[in-house]
Amino acid sequence: MKHRGYYGGFGGAFLPEILIPTFDELVSVFESAKTDPGFRNQYETLMAQYSGRPTPLTFAANLTRHFDGAKIYIKREDLNHTGAHKANNVMGQGLLVKKMGKTRVIAETGAGQHGVACATMAAKFGFDCTIYMGEKDVMRQRPNVFWMEQLGATVVPVTDGTKILKDAINQAFRDWVTNMDTTHYVLGTACGPHPFPEMVAWFQSIIGIEARQQILDLEGRLPDRVYACVGGGSNALGLFAGFLDDPVELVGVEAGGKGIDTGFHAARLSSTDAGAGIAQGYKTYFLQDDDGQMKETHSISAGLDYVGVSPILAHMHETGTARFESATDAEVVDALKLTMRSEGIIPALESAHAFAGAFREAPTLSRDQIIIINQSGRGDKDIFTVADVLNDPEWKTFIQTKAAQYHA
Amino acid sequence: MLESYIRDKQKQKDLLLMTHIVMGYPSFDDSHAMVKHMVAAGVDLMELQIPFSEPMADGPVILKANQKALEQGATVAKCLAFAKDMAAIYPIPFLFMTYANIPYRFGMAAFAKTTADIGLTGAIVPDLPMEEGAEYLQAMKKNQLSPIQMFSPGTSDARMAQIASIASGFIYCLARKGVTGAQTDLSDDLAQYLARCRKAASVPLAVGFGIKDRADMDFLAGRADIAVIGSETIRVMEKGGVAAVRDFIQGLSRSA
Repeated sequence: MKHRGYYGGFGGAFLPEILIPTFDELVSVFESAKTDPGFRNQYETLMAQYSGRPTPLTFAANLTRHFDGAKIYIKREDLNHTGAHKANNVMGQGLLVKKMGKTRVIAETGAGQHGVACATMAAKFGFDCTIYMGEKDVMRQRPNVFWMEQLGATVVPVTDGTKILKDAINQAFRDWVTNMDTTHYVLGTACGPHPFPEMVAWFQSIIGIEARQQILDLEGRLPDRVYACVGGGSNALGLFAGFLDDPVELVGVEAGGKGIDTGFHAARLSSTDAGAGIAQGYKTYFLQDDDGQMKETHSISAGLDYVGVSPILAHMHETGTARFESATDAEVVDALKLTMRSEGIIPALESAHAFAGAFREAPTLSRDQIIIINQSGRGDKDIFTVADVLNDPEWKTFIQTKAAQYHA
Repeated sequence: MLESYIRDKQKQKDLLLMTHIVMGYPSFDDSHAMVKHMVAAGVDLMELQIPFSEPMADGPVILKANQKALEQGATVAKCLAFAKDMAAIYPIPFLFMTYANIPYRFGMAAFAKTTADIGLTGAIVPDLPMEEGAEYLQAMKKNQLSPIQMFSPGTSDARMAQIASIASGFIYCLARKGVTGAQTDLSDDLAQYLARCRKAASVPLAVGFGIKDRADMDFLAGRADIAVIGSETIRVMEKGGVAAVRDFIQGLSRSA
């Protein structure tokens, strides 16, 4: 356990004694998997056959014309099985669960994409599955709750704290300390105690490794900038992993919510509102008050509405390896509308943050420059949120009619 | 010295009793009344929890108490002032219980110094294992405070020896896996585990997690030195009011 999992001053494993043996086992299984080429092969074969990898790198000709700046490419993680990059992580962890001989998995989820991916993995591997989800997120993401349940998972709404992602994480840890002999906690992002940040980033690196090869095949050169949204940070780390040794600018876009100055946001690295702290088993930047109590966060997208951030990204922020920006809810909806109309692609609200960040900068670049946006997930799940924001009258009528049918 | 206090007390009792309150829940006045009743009823040591928004190792009862205390305006400064008053008024050792981010934000050195200055004897920080706690352990030692260490049923013999080598005051033995407040099965397994703890450590052993009645106390007498009652006192208080805690504790207290 000693001094592992640090990225500069961030990371670590701040664990209650009860979990130490469980983490020792996990570290050991992951370390042996990581150095075993057979395991990576098994993982990549599974992702090719089950999840549809490699996902395409799509040239966005219309958006490129619209902004008249950099050439815009989109890495299509939305085309993964279950509709998001989350599949990369859960299938990898599923293989590790089999190696450990455990029979039950638990997970937390914000937007629901990780929950759906985890429930899918559990169904495929034959594990029992419980998903913790903040009560507020259950309300926001009902369609995903429906699918998790149909896939055989038990979804537990969490009514503690602020009733969102961080509270679901706490609840999952509580389950784990009780049931760790049979249960693995499939943490959904590159946060939490070591080895989770490294392990999740390692599984997600498949995104960037593919994207690098694809852009070389298509353009014969590397991109100038790559953009990804940042909640916990797993899709950003996945994309960035392909370009760490290249002269490529890495840009992470956080949730600016109602605006950085309003206090209603989830911008940990791109605002000055966050500070270093220790919670949920690791050290990173948290949105917290002077006493060290975590603050409420806000984002239109449940998946970015998180109080901490990957310790790997916190370190990249401090060392200037990556640049972090934010996009407001309003900018995100505009980016989403433009992408739908011009490309026939519906990004998730989370991913639309990366689009908003890229759209702000694309016109300032020249036509011979190239950018890649990571579309971490598809937007179908956000239909209720987006229809609300767009105040769509036809949709409202449909919902009213449907509700009336249920009452009949 | 916390350990010598415990050894002294053991001349009168075969099992000491440590209780726990969340400072500011349901109010600081009620917290004071709880301490007063508990001391009068014969409690030997007490944990004063500084509430945290993410109490990872606590079960639903203490989790809710943490949240309510914070909602009602409990701050670290108010908790420190409260703890200082308690240590001045009542003649038993008090320890802080909290999570790592509270002392980390306060500054580990400053936190330890303040803890000593206001008359507390140590602290229990469950999410600060020895591997991550170098600065904390050093600051506590410098101020002659006990940074209470923990054993769990899954802790290996080798690790127990390592933990015992930095232990001071007593070691907190978790009676089972899980979070605070749930039922604990007092069984041969627990007895064997406590025997293992005893073999590994020379400091006194406290046992907590799910201890709640006279039968539990009888089981622990002779196997451990201190019984820890946490969630159950909050349950008793919520059901019967602060005064009910006194009867509850009196019913548990033992003599040698």
